Amino acid sequence: MSLRAARRRKQTIFRRVVVGLIGLFFALPLVGMVEFTTRAPGGGRTLHTWATLFDVGAIDADYPELKAGLLASAGLAVLTVAIMLVMLVPTMTWVRLRLPGLRRLVEFVCLLPLTIPAIVLVVGLAPVYAWVAYFLGESSLWLAFAYVVLVLPFAYRALDAGLSSIDVKTLAEAARSLGAGWPTVMWRIILPNVRTAVLSAAFLSVALVLGEFTIASLFSRDNLQVAINLLGKRDSSLAIAAALASLILAFIVLFAMSFVGTSRRSQRPEES
Amino acid sequence: MAPIGRKPMGAMLGVLPFFAYTTIFLGIPTLIVVIGAFVDGSGHPTLGNLSALAQPQIVSAFVHSTVLSAVTAVLGAVFGALLAYAVSTASEGGLMRRLVASLCGVLAQFGGVTLAFAFVATVGFQGFVTLWLQHIGIDLAGSTWLFEPYKGLILVYTYFQIPLMLIVFLPAVEGLRPQWREAAETLGGSTWHYWRHVAGPILAPSFIGAMLLLFTNAFSAYATAFALISQGSPIIPLQIGGTLSSEVILGQENVGKAMALGMVAIVAVVMTIYVVLERRTTKWLGR
Repeated sequence: MSLRAARRRKQTIFRRVVVGLIGLFFALPLVGMVEFTTRAPGGGRTLHTWATLFDVGAIDADYPELKAGLLASAGLAVLTVAIMLVMLVPTMTWVRLRLPGLRRLVEFVCLLPLTIPAIVLVVGLAPVYAWVAYFLGESSLWLAFAYVVLVLPFAYRALDAGLSSIDVKTLAEAARSLGAGWPTVMWRIILPNVRTAVLSAAFLSVALVLGEFTIASLFSRDNLQVAINLLGKRDSSLAIAAALASLILAFIVLFAMSFVGTSRRSQRPEES
Repeated sequence: MAPIGRKPMGAMLGVLPFFAYTTIFLGIPTLIVVIGAFVDGSGHPTLGNLSALAQPQIVSAFVHSTVLSAVTAVLGAVFGALLAYAVSTASEGGLMRRLVASLCGVLAQFGGVTLAFAFVATVGFQGFVTLWLQHIGIDLAGSTWLFEPYKGLILVYTYFQIPLMLIVFLPAVEGLRPQWREAAETLGGSTWHYWRHVAGPILAPSFIGAMLLLFTNAFSAYATAFALISQGSPIIPLQIGGTLSSEVILGQENVGKAMALGMVAIVAVVMTIYVVLERRTTKWLGR
């Protein structure tokens, strides 16, 4: 027993040292951002930059590109999640029910974007987007089509884990034998049962969309990151504050997500 | 005994939207890159785009990208693995683990512009670390080290590689059963024996696999370098970006596509090794 106690003590020391040192490396740039955005012109500290950032009226009047970028990113996040869910959940369910032979192919297609860097996708998408602009117009919102491709691997993995944990076939057959049509099966049987997986796929997609820069920048469209980068050339202090604020926002989203996942697991302790 | 579906053609209709979408936004772009790499500006087949890759600035961009990705993959893997092991010794479901996991999730995904700004604010010309170093007599303000691929970029890339390593590697470390260690101790093995003969060999495939994933992650990164570097295109994603946004020389319209194809080729090789290793890992860690 004393051997184990000694090891645990050693592990605690090891853990504190490693987490402390690496944590310091991670804290420095974040501290740098806070420090930079609170500098007063004469030396000393001021919260002026942060007050401006949260003053909706001032942002609206003086920094319209930031507001436009934020709105575009919010719209993109919603549209990307919507397309991703409407396309992926029925397809993956359908493949499990009726076309199990196609499962490998669907998985391969969904994981393919991992091997294609975003910058390469941009090169190939340029002609496709010329057509998109021709049919639908130049709006930044249509970037969502490309973003869906970017989130495919992550969304697929999350949804696949969710669908694997329920008996899709039995549930669907039971519902069908009670007279439910396919839309009802989808909406009232499958979807509620993979709620957690859907939520985590959606959160991952939102985090990815909020941080996306490459495609939007190269297609000269607006989004939050493009706006922040542009703002950096004009008012670096405010740009850095906006960047830090978006980072904190994403952290809150992911931290909240870590609780969503566990609350479900603790509901069914008898499994696994 | 017949399966629910008796009309396979009807069933195929259900997956049509998915395959139509992925064909338009994934298949066609990939084909455009692959075919474009082998045709010239007027659509005639040529190998000129590939031979244009031998231009010194493109070769050096490929070398920079590869070395940068390899170095940051190794650094990120080593420090990330240490961090993952340290975190795995904390109590499961505890606040610390949850906090570190969420923080790493954000920092791994949220590179790009934010990260570039953070480093400029910290160690840029006006950054507080630079000013503080100046104060104690080390002058970095006159140097452009932060914007050079082998100095600043390595530091900045490592910053998003370590969190990614933690996310990818933590499940593997958590798969180590305490019983294995106890068994090794019962047989008289020391901590060194345990790591050398039990934990090491079990973790090795996932460690190398994660390192390969880190390599492709750094290799594909565009936004961080773009926001950080304002002059020149020292790495390959910036070179490709340059061919899209600026005027290109006549006869070299499709060199960008050839560079893109080169990137895909390198990533494909790395990912293939990753998939093979992944299969091997699953066997041992029972996932």
